[in-house]
Amino acid sequence: MSVTTSDNLPKGRPLTLKLGRDDLMMRGFILVIALYLIITLAFPLYAMLSKAFSTFQFDLSQVELQVSDQDGNFDGTILSAEALNAQLGAIPEDEMATSNDGRLSLTPLFPDFSFRSPVLYKIRGTTADTVYLIGSDRITGTDWHELDSNTFRRVVLRPVQSVGLSNFTTYFSTPSLFRSIENSLFISTVSTIVTVSLAFAFAYALSRSCMRFKGLFRLVAMAPILVPSLLPGIALVYLFGNQGMLKEVMMGESIYGPYGIMLGSIFFTFPHAFIIITTALAISDARLYEAAISLRASAWKTFWTVTIPGARYGLISAAFVVFNLVITDFGLPKVIGGQYNMLAVDIYKQVIGQQNFEMGAVVSVVLLMPAFVAFAVDRQVQKKQVALLSARSVVFEPKPDRKFDRICFIYCTLIAIFILGILGVCQFAALVKFWPYDLSLSLKNYNFDVMDGGGWEAYGNSIKLGLLTAFFGTIVVFIGAYMVDKTRSFRVGRGLFQFLAMLPMAIPGMVLGLAYIFFFNDPDNPLNAIYGTMAILVIVTITHFYTVSHLTAVTALKQMDGEFESVAASLKQPFYKLFARVTVPVCMPAILDIAIYLFVNAMTTVSAVVFLYSTDTALASIAVLNMDDAGDIAPAAAMGMMIFYTNAAARILHLAVSKGILKRTQAWRSR
Amino acid sequence: MLTESTREIGNGKAHAQGDAYLRIDSLWKAFGEFIALKDISMRISEGEFVCFLGPSGCGKTTLLRAIAGLDIQTRGTVEQAGKDISNLPPAERDFGIVFQSYALFPNLTIEKNISFGLENAGLSKSAINARVTELLDLVGLPDQGKKYPAQLSGGQQQRIALARAIAMSPGLLLLDEPLSALDAKVRVHLRHEVKDLQRKLGVTTIMVTHDQEEALSMADRIVVMNHGVIEQIGSPTDIYREPATLFVADFIGEMNKLPAVSGEAKTVTIGRKAFKSAGGEIPPGKEVIAAVRPEDIIPHGDVVTEPMEEPDNSITCRITEMEFLGSFWRCRLKCEALGEHELIADFSINAVRRLELAAEKELVIEIPSNRLKVFARPAGE
Ligand SMILES: Nc1ncnc2c1ncn2[C@@H]1O[C@H](COP(=O)(O)OP(=O)(O)O)[C@@H](O)[C@H]1O
Ligand SMILES: [Mg+2]
Repeated sequence: MSVTTSDNLPKGRPLTLKLGRDDLMMRGFILVIALYLIITLAFPLYAMLSKAFSTFQFDLSQVELQVSDQDGNFDGTILSAEALNAQLGAIPEDEMATSNDGRLSLTPLFPDFSFRSPVLYKIRGTTADTVYLIGSDRITGTDWHELDSNTFRRVVLRPVQSVGLSNFTTYFSTPSLFRSIENSLFISTVSTIVTVSLAFAFAYALSRSCMRFKGLFRLVAMAPILVPSLLPGIALVYLFGNQGMLKEVMMGESIYGPYGIMLGSIFFTFPHAFIIITTALAISDARLYEAAISLRASAWKTFWTVTIPGARYGLISAAFVVFNLVITDFGLPKVIGGQYNMLAVDIYKQVIGQQNFEMGAVVSVVLLMPAFVAFAVDRQVQKKQVALLSARSVVFEPKPDRKFDRICFIYCTLIAIFILGILGVCQFAALVKFWPYDLSLSLKNYNFDVMDGGGWEAYGNSIKLGLLTAFFGTIVVFIGAYMVDKTRSFRVGRGLFQFLAMLPMAIPGMVLGLAYIFFFNDPDNPLNAIYGTMAILVIVTITHFYTVSHLTAVTALKQMDGEFESVAASLKQPFYKLFARVTVPVCMPAILDIAIYLFVNAMTTVSAVVFLYSTDTALASIAVLNMDDAGDIAPAAAMGMMIFYTNAAARILHLAVSKGILKRTQAWRSR
Repeated sequence: MLTESTREIGNGKAHAQGDAYLRIDSLWKAFGEFIALKDISMRISEGEFVCFLGPSGCGKTTLLRAIAGLDIQTRGTVEQAGKDISNLPPAERDFGIVFQSYALFPNLTIEKNISFGLENAGLSKSAINARVTELLDLVGLPDQGKKYPAQLSGGQQQRIALARAIAMSPGLLLLDEPLSALDAKVRVHLRHEVKDLQRKLGVTTIMVTHDQEEALSMADRIVVMNHGVIEQIGSPTDIYREPATLFVADFIGEMNKLPAVSGEAKTVTIGRKAFKSAGGEIPPGKEVIAAVRPEDIIPHGDVVTEPMEEPDNSITCRITEMEFLGSFWRCRLKCEALGEHELIADFSINAVRRLELAAEKELVIEIPSNRLKVFARPAGE
């Protein structure tokens, strides 16, 4: 018998395992993938944030000047540039604010300046750090430089960078920009309420009624995921626009603006809300539900006391997801927003329209906030829901009820008509000669090569992007998830990795794209070479959609027995053998899910890539945007529908492959 | 060639403590603030079958995982076959392991599961096949090799997990509650199979269990654990007959526990009556617990029909309740001298018939002094 002398751990350092070859390799993998995320996510975001908080201003007090007489003799008077300007008012205050590459010529300080005059000038910095340019020569220091008129013409000041909130001050004092916050919040809130209600009713009808064609309805509800978010905008233009078939329905209101954005948002966020709520309803306790019925509570009361509370986490989660999707979406308001400004479009306008990158960064920071809040709430709620899931009891079996089933059927049919209608209008518009005057069919709108936007090559690029993203993304994500799940100890590394893997969910695509400009387009960055290539598009897409893929992989890995690695180690087998022989085959369905998710999103994404494509790497989704912008709406619709068919085909292929694998592996999957 | 015959069949008791196969010294394990194992030391001889026995949550698995290197101890050393393995990663240690979940690879056939570790051990294909066949025969499932784990019953899966664990003839076999996921019947049957197999292979084995019957019937030695400390190490009979602590006495088998006060010369007073006890190191005048197993109580028959001087350690009781449990009678006894405390006694069918025992009958019982144990009373009781 051992006699315990004390209950306290003896002093000393905790033992640590000697690291085996496996441990080192796994840690290596984690670090490599973490490094990938740092370079493609953390660094760009940092570059963007520092952009948002830095201002550039010319500082005239940095230089002093001397001017000679007509014969080139100096009388020794030293002129401060700042004092000169204060005296003359030659350069107004608001021209002092500039951007990183602003340059200020000093000639306006000398009203009688002429580059042909024999007058000579002397210039020097007032501090050792002063920098100014003479032509392309960079001059520093406080030594006098004597220049003739012609050379003095080529003297320019560089702006001084300072860190602070002044960009934000400018932003919030510009009403047209500030308005966008209000608009974005308003549109997102209303769209969220409507979408979640509609999707809840739809999911409720599918899970609690005995109507027919449930499978078909489910399929239709998922269709919007397969198209870019701007496609409903195009359909709405055809339906309710200036030449729309149903223009009268609008009663004089314009579809360009809040109505169009909201309707389109409902369309493209519907499947997201539907999936989440369906899961929540499946979880909401069936036994409790039956108990309520057996207590003879009215159906109405049961609904409010059992169904809604049971699904509450799902509803909250769906609301935040939809809110986030709407507020960060760029394509739809771009197409149908008209003069109605939204935050995401502001970023685009600031960057593409006005080349004001700092202001683009400021709007990005503003847009990050609601996205971060939504993200944080969603994560909390998801955790709670998982807890509910494990406690769930019996699967609910609806009983036929003719009246209720009929109402459900009618409702679902209406929703299905709305979704199919939007897609149908796009397809129809793409096939007619000239809407609405000549409705005879033609394929001329598919002649993308004669239009702006990149033509058929853009379509080919999109497929290439989809395949590359799916291929490399799945590998990176799955290996990353495996390593972070299975590596022993190494808390810090794993914690860092988990954080980096969750971060992309909170970063809107536009913000990520802009951050990439700042980081990768910097000439000092050795990775600058990938700017403008397919590689950067693949990278930004993988990073943008990293979180959901990562969570899918982690869920699949968690369902495997946690002791496989221990068994393999006891059998002296390296982890990669286990990974290849067991982990990957067992997780194959999840791996395929990740691949198709990445493919579909790479095909439809606009926001993440709109700042990053080049003429060689134009994409189908961008082509839709650009053709629409150029007024080629029918070809835009045609291209949008090409994306739809491609994604639909990819999904069917995915389904077939998954089914095939499940069938082939049925023997060992049974149970 | 890797066969079980190459391994010397060891006999745990033949080895002196000096050349223990596995030594654990002052081992501690902390999870943050919580101390899961406190100052654990033990020696296990080659070929021995040792059970870690204790209630759920007492740290058995934690200790097993420390020995395997799956979850390293915070302090202390582990030595196997004379080599310090305290901080070696699992892959550099020499053990086979069976988990409660079995952790069979679901997508590999039984054959592939068993040969998983053999494939790069420098064996030819035919040697591997021969070894797999041999192992399947050994665990009594000769023609299941082409099936997948999900197609086998729980008991069969358990045997496959065992076959996989011994495939590479490890020096140490670790079993974490290997039988607890099975139905009672299969479990009893498999106890014998596992024990037979272990004896045949002579492999040093540690099995974790919370089932005392399992431990008593299978182990050469039992390590009884509670709250992260070792309460007692000993053979099954030692542990049963001579429990070192009240916890062990209570955890293993049935035990009457009676509050008492210790007296001079190994006596102990229960209620109004002083008994001679097996003794201990407890000074007189202390509050103690006196303990006796139900089957150790000897019935001396009817007071009326058989008048006699009460022998030492005997008292008169009344049977309040009798329950027939197949091979014996379990009786509840009320003894005036002991106060309000009831005794439980197991009497043989024979004795009950001979003494014509029945409910409400009075009888004299004897508590043999060497079977009456005295333990310090734990705080709060
Ligand atoms: N990874 C861990 N982190 C924190 N506490 C743990 C961990 N593993 C086990 N414990 C705690 O250590 C104690 C012993 O656990 P364990 O060894 O699994 O008990 P058992 O004897 O049932 O096998 C338990 O209280 C358990 O909650
Ligand atoms: Mg355990």
